[in-house]
Amino acid sequence: MAGDRAASIDPDALSWYEATARQRVLALTDPGSFREFLPPTERRMSPHLPLFDLPRAFDDGIVVGRARLDGEPVLIAAQEGRFMGGAFGEVHGGKLVGLLRAALALKPKAVLILFDTGGVRLQEANAGETAIAEAMRAIVDVRVAGIPVIGLIGGRAGCYGGGGLIAGTCSRLAVSEGGRISVSGPEVIETNKGAEEFDSRDRALVWRTMGGKHRRLIGGADAFCADTVSAFRKAARDLVGRAPAFDLDTLEAEQARLEARIDRFGDCRDATDVWARLGVNDPESVPAMDTDAFAETVARSPEADHDAR
Amino acid sequence: MTLAEILASLFPQGHAVAVREGLVTGTGPFGDGPMHVVGIDGDTPLGVDGALVLSRAVLNAVRTGDRAPILVAVDSDSQRMSRRDELLGLNECLAHLAKALLLADRSGHPTIGLIYGHTAAGAFIATALATRVLAALPGANPSVMDLPSVARVTKLPLDTLEEMAKSTPVFAPGLDNMVAAGAVHVVLDPDRPLGSQIRAVIDTIEAEDVRDRLGAERGGRLVAHTVAAAVADQARLG
Repeated sequence: MAGDRAASIDPDALSWYEATARQRVLALTDPGSFREFLPPTERRMSPHLPLFDLPRAFDDGIVVGRARLDGEPVLIAAQEGRFMGGAFGEVHGGKLVGLLRAALALKPKAVLILFDTGGVRLQEANAGETAIAEAMRAIVDVRVAGIPVIGLIGGRAGCYGGGGLIAGTCSRLAVSEGGRISVSGPEVIETNKGAEEFDSRDRALVWRTMGGKHRRLIGGADAFCADTVSAFRKAARDLVGRAPAFDLDTLEAEQARLEARIDRFGDCRDATDVWARLGVNDPESVPAMDTDAFAETVARSPEADHDAR
Repeated sequence: MTLAEILASLFPQGHAVAVREGLVTGTGPFGDGPMHVVGIDGDTPLGVDGALVLSRAVLNAVRTGDRAPILVAVDSDSQRMSRRDELLGLNECLAHLAKALLLADRSGHPTIGLIYGHTAAGAFIATALATRVLAALPGANPSVMDLPSVARVTKLPLDTLEEMAKSTPVFAPGLDNMVAAGAVHVVLDPDRPLGSQIRAVIDTIEAEDVRDRLGAERGGRLVAHTVAAAVADQARLG
């Protein structure tokens, strides 16, 4: 059934932002190759949400399994941003951690994580927070074993909170315009620090500060994709082939890279100030650039491409 | 216990650990060699600048190759919530600090977290939760989010949440609940010298990540371990 459904999805036409987690997985991987672990039929649901009178999902908002990408075996996890904002609950987190641990034995070509998350699910916060720490440690184990862990970010929930920290632990990241990567979300900053610090209703500000284009220009992501599944597929295949090692040299290089970023841009108030300092001729035009024009701009950014992650 | 009391108990012969703007770095004598100390004091939020100061100290310790223990002492706020921090890539800086600690652990440095005050959210994940084993002192108050904030987000009355928290440790802040979840391995006795207790923690350190197993055994996180194991089993069986 999975294969039939995959065949009916055109990856060129399917918007990553609009697609469900399941659609993304089926259209991203080779047709008919996906096999799910703990599928919805097993009904591993949150034991905690009923306490809050909240509906549950049979998959707890994450799809995990194995598949093939260009014939190569991969493990894959996809968060469903439409269920509880893709947040990490106990079952949700346990599925991701289990998948990462399985990678050590299965030695796939890569592990792909399709982020779509607001962070920790507050109704089961301690379990979610701890699962994020477990996932980060498991990713390091997988990377040390020489298996790339690739994050793909372009969903409607973005990649916030602990999701942003897990993303920062991956070997490589691909992001689209709609993908946002951040720790504190706009509403969290505004609630705690006031609208003068961050006006969460200013959507242009949100995209400039946390969106895919800014992350790509400063090297916070390694590929920028159009909002289609085929664009993410192409990016994933490319990034698997050029994942940095996880060792002291890589982390020393990342330390230098991040220190240099703060030295260079630490006094900037707005992303447009950062982009101007990166040599972008007309920073105000960046948000409206199409993918090709943006690719030319990225090619001129000295910070965009590196092995320091 | 205060940080000064902790350091005095750990290093009765003195130490070279300093606190600058809430960031803790330095070393003290521990057994036959040194112990590296990094951390956050005074309920300080962790932003991009602080994260890189701490990661630099951790990577310097790894570069020495001395395989000495690294203590991560934490009394922090959450991550620093600001437009500047997010503009500069706070997620990368916090993840980098966590990766430095995970690399240190893999490079032969036992990493021990010690929470003695507050800690929350991203600052907690990047520091104490990135160690091999996490200890706490009584009075520590780790949380993901405080109950008034949870009340805002979940739109439930605070007194309802407080009542629910008594029977459901999985969402409620506090040390006991983090111990039950398996996130905190052990609570130390402040009335006994900390050095021997930390030594005992190091000596019993386990290679695998045991936190989900501890959560199941302690009843604070009953299903995570089973779920992770079921996924791994189904993956192996293909």
